[in-house]
Amino acid sequence: MTARREDFREILRLVKPAARVLDVGCEDGELLELLTREKGVDGQGLELSSENVALCLSKGLAVVQGDGDRDLDHFPTRAFDYAILSKTLQQMREPRHVLSELLRIADQAIVSVPNFGHWRMRVSLMTRGRMPETRALPDPWWATPNIHLCTLKDFTDLCADLTLRIDACAALSGGRPARPMDPSGVLENWRAETALFLLSKA
Amino acid sequence: MGRTAKAKAANEADGGTWRFPAGQGLRLDSGARLEPLEIAYKTYGALNAEKSNAVLVCHALTGDQHLASTHPMTGKPGWWDRFVGPGRPLDPDRHFIICSNVVGGCMGSTGPASVNPATGEPYGLTFPVITIGDMVRAQAMLVEALGIETLFAVVGGSMGGMQALQWAADYPDKLFSAVIIAAAARHSAQNIAFHEVGRQAIMADPDWRGGAYETAGVRPEKGLAVARMAAHITYLSEAALQRKFGRELQRDGLSWGFDADFQVESYLRHQGTSFVDRFDANSYLYITRALDYFDLAAQYEGVLAKAFQAARKVRFCVLSFSSDWLYPTPESRDVVRALNAAGARASFVEIETDKGHDAFFLDEPQLDAALKGFFTSAAQARGLR
Repeated sequence: MTARREDFREILRLVKPAARVLDVGCEDGELLELLTREKGVDGQGLELSSENVALCLSKGLAVVQGDGDRDLDHFPTRAFDYAILSKTLQQMREPRHVLSELLRIADQAIVSVPNFGHWRMRVSLMTRGRMPETRALPDPWWATPNIHLCTLKDFTDLCADLTLRIDACAALSGGRPARPMDPSGVLENWRAETALFLLSKA
Repeated sequence: MGRTAKAKAANEADGGTWRFPAGQGLRLDSGARLEPLEIAYKTYGALNAEKSNAVLVCHALTGDQHLASTHPMTGKPGWWDRFVGPGRPLDPDRHFIICSNVVGGCMGSTGPASVNPATGEPYGLTFPVITIGDMVRAQAMLVEALGIETLFAVVGGSMGGMQALQWAADYPDKLFSAVIIAAAARHSAQNIAFHEVGRQAIMADPDWRGGAYETAGVRPEKGLAVARMAAHITYLSEAALQRKFGRELQRDGLSWGFDADFQVESYLRHQGTSFVDRFDANSYLYITRALDYFDLAAQYEGVLAKAFQAARKVRFCVLSFSSDWLYPTPESRDVVRALNAAGARASFVEIETDKGHDAFFLDEPQLDAALKGFFTSAAQARGLR
């Protein structure tokens, strides 16, 4: 597994064997394949790009071409044990709606978000006076797919607002193994490059 | 020829006409009953000992049972020859593949050209109106007659895809997986409108004789050819027509008349005239009617998801083509959403192509790769080798 996929390693650790899993924005199906092979999950993917879906299908994965913003509404309540949304919440039109939909469809959601409060962001903005381009968010502002960026604090506020419980949280920084953290910790909003949450309804 | 090759040739020649014994007629959605019932079919490959590898392929409007074997009337390869064979998505070395002519068809199954036992004459318009549900019920009877309890897969494109959907609704327990290509759960106003043009063309032909042309010893060839020409346009995308023909002329210069000046005219005329050699006009009327009547949700209080309520264990693969304007992608998406809502395991992809509705007959590497992957994983889950 490459360093880039440390978040997958953490997700793999969190998911219970033989669970029903929905991977929203599953891309080329790498995570679903991993989960199927190592955890024997019953996996379903949702992915926007037709090329990626065709690739997933050729690997034998069950994937629907669709849009996390529009197509979650059509899934029945509690159809899955886990709904996974890896680093794409900030690309959704309505992250709030998506988040509550994930926890309607599934008992638990695994969501990772890049932390805009990370020190690199703050330093970059403060010293350069321009939108940060960092290793976690490398695109210039006019090409970024990220339209709803937030900080760790913003995200935990939203969870509280939606009465979601944070069952587990880990920081992912620079391809290092996931580090368990308390998202309310004073320094974490500076330290965590990306945060990965296991959420359930409170 | 080696022994395996011989055995395979014999297998490929398998099939025939299943004549259901007296008392085993077909109950029709209209309330009528069709008896006697004959279903013409072809099979490829062999049924395994567990009887777990049977695949039913459902053909489209003008298709037939000659899926992957030379057509007896045209001498051309089977309509999905490209798809069936060693290493292809449907493999006779692994699957027992069945393809039957739909009831109402004209390639050996009971249809309007068959003899009406009440009169001793061809049915013509006395043939009862049939539905997609009736076609599927006849297929289920054949499958049962062949000793198969559960199909590994039902596969179909266009009207064949509608049959696959109907299978999932009517026989979910006899089905392990279903593949629906370039289809819809109902016929749209536009679909019905195009079919009506075709039917009116047939009925406007003086040789149609109120459907009794067979007795009169004539055939409404002109009307049927026009019906085919109009329909054929709907099978292609504008881009494909443009790429293939543009404004290219048949000869140097215009004729300043109504000959087929343009290559596209000549092509359509050829499509029309070659079609009448192999298809029956009344069958065309009946099968287009069956398609127009198709509305799967209507049988379930207008809620499509309810049609798949009992099919939660079936593995679905739904595919559409980006340039298909006959059954456009949103129709497939509706099916997929209903499958999701029913909690069924579904895959769906819109394949990017400019070849239009007919893309499922043509060389589309993404289609092949997707279906190969789907069948391979379904086979694993089913315990097939």
